[in-house]
Amino acid sequence: MSDLWDILMTVGLWSSVLRIATPLIFGTLGALLCERAGVLNLGIEGIMTFGAMAGWLTVFNGGDLWTGMAMAALSGAIFGLLHAGMTVTLGLSQHVTGLGITLFGSSLSYYLFRLAVPVQGTPPTIEPFAPYPIPWLSDLPFLGPTLFSQTPPTYLAIGLALTLAYLLARTPLGLAVRMTGENPHAAEAQGLDPIRIRIAAVVVGSALMGMGGAYLTLAAFNSFFPTMVQGRGWVCIALVVFSAWRPSRALLGAILFALFDAYQLRLQTIFGKAVPYQLFLMLPYVLSIVALVAMSRRVRVPQALMKPYRRGER
Amino acid sequence: MTSRLTLPRRTLLKGAAAVGLTLSAPRLMAQEKITVAGLHSSPVENAWNSRMHEALVAADKAGAINYVFSEGVSATDYGRAAREYALQGVQLIVGEAYAVEAEMREIAAQYPQTMFLMGSSGGPQSPNFGTFGTWTHEAAYLCGMLSASISQTNVYGAVGAIPIPEVNMLINGFREGVNAVDPNATHLVGFIGTFFDPPKAREAGLAQIDAGADILFGERIGTADAAKERGVKAIGSLIDYTPRYPETVFSNAMWYFTPMLMAAVADTESGNGTGRNYTEYCLMKDGGNDILFVPEMVPAEAIGPMEEVRAAIKAGTFEVPIDLSEPS
Repeated sequence: MSDLWDILMTVGLWSSVLRIATPLIFGTLGALLCERAGVLNLGIEGIMTFGAMAGWLTVFNGGDLWTGMAMAALSGAIFGLLHAGMTVTLGLSQHVTGLGITLFGSSLSYYLFRLAVPVQGTPPTIEPFAPYPIPWLSDLPFLGPTLFSQTPPTYLAIGLALTLAYLLARTPLGLAVRMTGENPHAAEAQGLDPIRIRIAAVVVGSALMGMGGAYLTLAAFNSFFPTMVQGRGWVCIALVVFSAWRPSRALLGAILFALFDAYQLRLQTIFGKAVPYQLFLMLPYVLSIVALVAMSRRVRVPQALMKPYRRGER
Repeated sequence: MTSRLTLPRRTLLKGAAAVGLTLSAPRLMAQEKITVAGLHSSPVENAWNSRMHEALVAADKAGAINYVFSEGVSATDYGRAAREYALQGVQLIVGEAYAVEAEMREIAAQYPQTMFLMGSSGGPQSPNFGTFGTWTHEAAYLCGMLSASISQTNVYGAVGAIPIPEVNMLINGFREGVNAVDPNATHLVGFIGTFFDPPKAREAGLAQIDAGADILFGERIGTADAAKERGVKAIGSLIDYTPRYPETVFSNAMWYFTPMLMAAVADTESGNGTGRNYTEYCLMKDGGNDILFVPEMVPAEAIGPMEEVRAAIKAGTFEVPIDLSEPS
């Protein structure tokens, strides 16, 4: 049993946790922002795939890594605009539109990738983000090699979580977003424009999703595979519920999920066949559901979530 | 005036017939060269599919076959795509039946004129449904022998997708090879539960390095990235990973699809049908698998014994055990 505990204290585990968590943090923040304004965005899986492709392709064609990140955000924003146009302006079903965008985004990224990159044995590579130890801080014991020796997008993800938490909770802008998600009629009565606020939230949220996808091809790995997002988007949707629609808890949730995942990869090396590996693979999901049940007792869903707002209608 | 320009119907029909004949003529003339369709359920960059794709493209270039292909065909679409190829008159369909075993067998029975060569966990079906397994355990064994001479920690990792027999056999083959040289070997294994998640394979590799492994057998792409990052060595499976990771991957357990393809093409052309098991064409003596290594990265004294075993396998005097059970 002491093995189990020893692993939990290793530097390797915790630096792995942050790497696994980073795309989830981006994605969860993006989905959270959309939902806080009242729009469920199930296009996340497709948007992440497209972001992974767009970011990678930019760098492959000679752009630098941050331009790649920006292109991923931009392409995410365009998909967000599409989603918002359908669900906010036209008031269509958010579920159907979102799933449609997921299918569209994944297929389109496969298609464009094939057009841009000739078939070869293994997909071509780029030079990805290298870990950037933060001066001074990376010399700290334990925290240094784990938290402060990550790639730059990880710092960005954590910074964004804190920024979004502040924006939503403490600024008039955040209040306007939250109000739109709770009661767009009241927002309108206050002189705000719920339609515009929702569109903006979905666009920005989707841009974050695109960046989450780009992390996979620009930092976690150095090539693009059309199927490489592997359900991470759906995990983000669940993490939003887990977080009770709060960015700081979303950060925590993503880290918790990643902890279980990194932990199970290490448990496999200890137990081998003694315990079926499927149990370990299940672990992050099962524990997330348990945590979800425990956390969601006090959750309040944004009251206008998934309700299209039509001006003058009650 | 315009009426003079309209042609009589009969002339039109004759013209159409003539055009039709001309168009079909090249087909008739090229009868000896068969058309082979590749039906790939993943992108052709996926290691396994890329080996088949490369062999098929090479055969096309050499003028042995005409090659057409579809990639990224989902399981729900796979049968439809196979039927379409059969209806187009493709003579041989090469692909993977793992996710659609029952359906593909039905389709093969419905189109007896079309030959099939499918990666499959089941047996063949007469007269036109040939199956094969991907047996590169011999090459994996040889890679294991070389690894044992390189490892300092005597801990050997392996990252696999899902413990299906074909994956197990490669990892077990690698281990047997290690054990033949290094009796004190400790083996680790990690399965990532999916075929396409390179970032996760990389994390699994890092977890094994953290647990002491200094050689990683990369059944999945992404494993060698972990090795590269930590400066340990890795082994590639199915394809040659050395160009991608020049300082890291010192040997590869290669799979060569050409012998199997040419056997199936011959059976198609001769009219014998492909309803048999083609797995034997994966064996090293038929050129279906082999080790590809970088001599400069391996201690010179390790190469001799490995080459002896390699020759013995080819001569049929040494047999690498086949172990399909899940590695622990």
